[in-house]
Amino acid sequence: MIAIVDYGAGNIFSVKNALDYLGLESRLTNKKEDLVSADSIILPGVGAFPAAMDKLQASGLVDTIKQQAKLKPFLGICLGMQLLFEKSYEFEKREGLSLIKGYVDKMVEPDLVIPHMGWNKLEYNGECKLLEGMGDNEYVYFVHSYKAFCEDENLFAYCEYGSRVPALVGDGKYVYGSQFHPEKSGKTGLKILENFARLH
Amino acid sequence: MLAKRIIPCLDVRDGKVVKGVNFEGIKEVGDPVECAYEYNLQGADEIVFYDITASHEGRGVILDVVRETAKKVFVPLTVGGGIATVDDIRDTLRAGADKISVNSQAVKNPQLIKDGADIFGSQCICVGVDAKAISPNKWTVYINGGRIDMQIDLIDWVKKCEQLGAGEICLNSIDTDGVRGGFDIPMLKAVVDAVKIPVIASGGAGKLGDFADAFIKTDCSAALAASLFHFKELTVGQVKEDCRSKGIIVR
Repeated sequence: MIAIVDYGAGNIFSVKNALDYLGLESRLTNKKEDLVSADSIILPGVGAFPAAMDKLQASGLVDTIKQQAKLKPFLGICLGMQLLFEKSYEFEKREGLSLIKGYVDKMVEPDLVIPHMGWNKLEYNGECKLLEGMGDNEYVYFVHSYKAFCEDENLFAYCEYGSRVPALVGDGKYVYGSQFHPEKSGKTGLKILENFARLH
Repeated sequence: MLAKRIIPCLDVRDGKVVKGVNFEGIKEVGDPVECAYEYNLQGADEIVFYDITASHEGRGVILDVVRETAKKVFVPLTVGGGIATVDDIRDTLRAGADKISVNSQAVKNPQLIKDGADIFGSQCICVGVDAKAISPNKWTVYINGGRIDMQIDLIDWVKKCEQLGAGEICLNSIDTDGVRGGFDIPMLKAVVDAVKIPVIASGGAGKLGDFADAFIKTDCSAALAASLFHFKELTVGQVKEDCRSKGIIVR
């Protein structure tokens, strides 16, 4: 069973719909015991970093998430990916879950429209199990105004939007984060979710 | 860089896809969920449902359509038509839409754009604009499906939409809509030059090359069509292949 953390931040149903479509058992939950018994965990999220961190803390799940992310496959999506980093500067300096080294800050591209919204192409950076079966021309769907700044060793895929935008990151063990929405990225996104579900 | 988007639009009334056929009135032509799924298979980058349900009580039906579509179509969904309040926006997003599109209601009550953007984020607020030329480089904004000229300058209006927090403009030219001679390039160019937010070209696609033409001649971000795709004259895949062969980046 894949636990989808339901902490009141964002459209969690589209993630659930995608997993249902793939025939993968999942549960929307805010219970510690579900995170402990799950085979893997997905942390979704849209909105602002501080508000999401507040909600996550209010849910009482932060310690459980940090502990379980060291034991089983864990995927943060969009803002859920940004929460994996050490800190963010969205509105204020705020500590994140610190599961991946790095921080989150505003995208500054004077010649381009922010938010970075639409379909952009994945450029690969090293081996990653979530990207198995991907071709040379895989597009995924992004909607965000802040981006991650991380080490090269934690970067599995990026896209070009003025400068490099980290698209898929990880700690090299169980933790992954996708800045794009796999649940809105057509066949490519579904394949990535399927790859994630196959990890153990 | 971002891929140019090809967007099929489905007109929905009381939960059924409808089309005006040969001016003989509106005809039911299919199940919106199935149509959306078919477009998804063809490679649509986004799907727009335009709800033309007349009665307010009928509003719930489009939400069911969105809910069902969201179970099998995994690209962004936009819903337009009949959205007049922040509550309408909330209900539509909760049903599984990624964006909403407001048109006449935004002209009547521009605060709706600002409230929607403040509460839900600019990324989910698209403003649909119907406009018509009054002289070669001047256009005015129409509401109620192109029936009422509001005598508002198009360029002033799209700039205002952007300031209020619109995330995107879907620009429909009344002059080219239904004529099938291609998108309204001068109008499109004028709007793209006036705002930074993405602009979707709408109204006028009649043949394969019209889509690439809009992308080559203007910096629009997306192109939308309804009948052309609906009557299977072209598939989304064919349009993308044509764009790709002309060096346009598509998914």
